[in-house]
Amino acid sequence: MVELTHDSRPIIGRGPPLGATFITLAIASIALMVADQRYDQISRVRAWLTAAAYPVQVGVDLPFRAWDWLSGSIADRSRLRRDNLELTARLRLANLQLQRFAVLEDENRRLRDMRERTQGVAERVLVASILNVDLDPFRQRVLLDKGAVDGVFKGQAVLDGAGIFGQVTKVNAGTAEVILISDAEHAIPVQSNRSGVRTIAVGMGDSSKLSLPFVTVESDLKVGDLLLSTGLGGVFPPGYPVAKISKVKRAASATFALVEARPTAELDRDREVLLVWFKPPVFATAASDAPAAAAPAAQTGAGSQ
Amino acid sequence: MRQSMFMRRILYWASVAAGLVLAIVPLPDWLDPVRPDLALLAVVYWILTSPRIAGLGYAWLSGLFLDVLRGMVLGQHALGFLVVAFLTHRLQLRMRMFPILHQAATVMLMLGLYHFIIFWTDGLIGHGYTGWNRWLPVLSGALLWPLIVAAGDSLTRRTG
Repeated sequence: MVELTHDSRPIIGRGPPLGATFITLAIASIALMVADQRYDQISRVRAWLTAAAYPVQVGVDLPFRAWDWLSGSIADRSRLRRDNLELTARLRLANLQLQRFAVLEDENRRLRDMRERTQGVAERVLVASILNVDLDPFRQRVLLDKGAVDGVFKGQAVLDGAGIFGQVTKVNAGTAEVILISDAEHAIPVQSNRSGVRTIAVGMGDSSKLSLPFVTVESDLKVGDLLLSTGLGGVFPPGYPVAKISKVKRAASATFALVEARPTAELDRDREVLLVWFKPPVFATAASDAPAAAAPAAQTGAGSQ
Repeated sequence: MRQSMFMRRILYWASVAAGLVLAIVPLPDWLDPVRPDLALLAVVYWILTSPRIAGLGYAWLSGLFLDVLRGMVLGQHALGFLVVAFLTHRLQLRMRMFPILHQAATVMLMLGLYHFIIFWTDGLIGHGYTGWNRWLPVLSGALLWPLIVAAGDSLTRRTG
């Protein structure tokens, strides 16, 4: 019997009917999603697949990098001269400050030795470039050109010259995916430099804003306060700048104030970032007395605010 | 005949692959949310013109590769591609008869379904972004459809 169907493939060597293929592959994709979300075994499959994706990602990035290199190498002489003069002047100023810094550093080390707490300082850093690849317009994520081969691990802190940038979420062989602190799924424990108020800064999906949703109306935060990382989660090294408060709105009737902060790191302009290895601070393990006393207070502080 | 089938197969693979690469090429921030799903449009186009060549398997694999490229949950875009490809196969005899605007409207419905699947799985996983601008590719893709048909037709006519 001849019938007219939607399946216009040749009758001989047609393969399985479309509906069967559809159902098989649909079940396969749902199984993949569940496995990727729940179990770790799939990470090996993902590693193979990302190895195939790597040349594509690098290939997309390459023309942009070449253009940067080209425009950099034919920059005109007068601009270089001007830059040079300006940089020399800045270096002189920086050297001046550095002399003071050396004294301060000595003092700092002595104080730290006294407290027997040298943890929490970056031990090793690695410079990584951001690949010019658009992952998703609605998530604040970037791809770095360093991966498992370079010792990058999941949950590693990523900084730039001006502050905390984000943390590693996925490690592939040659690349790593980083979630920025401004992603709507990211939260970081912070502390005000001026008043010592501890709270949590949550991303809003906008690289120029962080939200501080757990700040009570009475708490002592002002526009311009610098927020530092506390290191409480053990992911970020403590004492690095995270954001500056840009907006505080208090309504007398509300329990929580509306507080926004601007990240100090240049989240949307960076080309290079630093991957950081550091020893987590002592209170993460609650080893000695003094930090152990500080830890519960810190946790309840973060929880209640 | 065999020669032209072979050429078409190459064209099909190459155009979908090009669409996948264009999915991650950096665009200015204002243009990024509008980015049309070129790979998916290529799949739909090839299923309509050469249903004997363009099957479900390659569409599914393309979706899977898009998941890998963009670092999404594996299988998310694969499922979206698969559903659209299957529907196009079911409707292809009808869709080929449609005038171009009617076809573009059908493609818009399919893109809407595709983005709904992505939106829905995003929500299940907990990534839900609910802004209105996540639906912009549906519109840009539908507007681009006549151009894609014109470009594809001139390409297939030249190679036979």
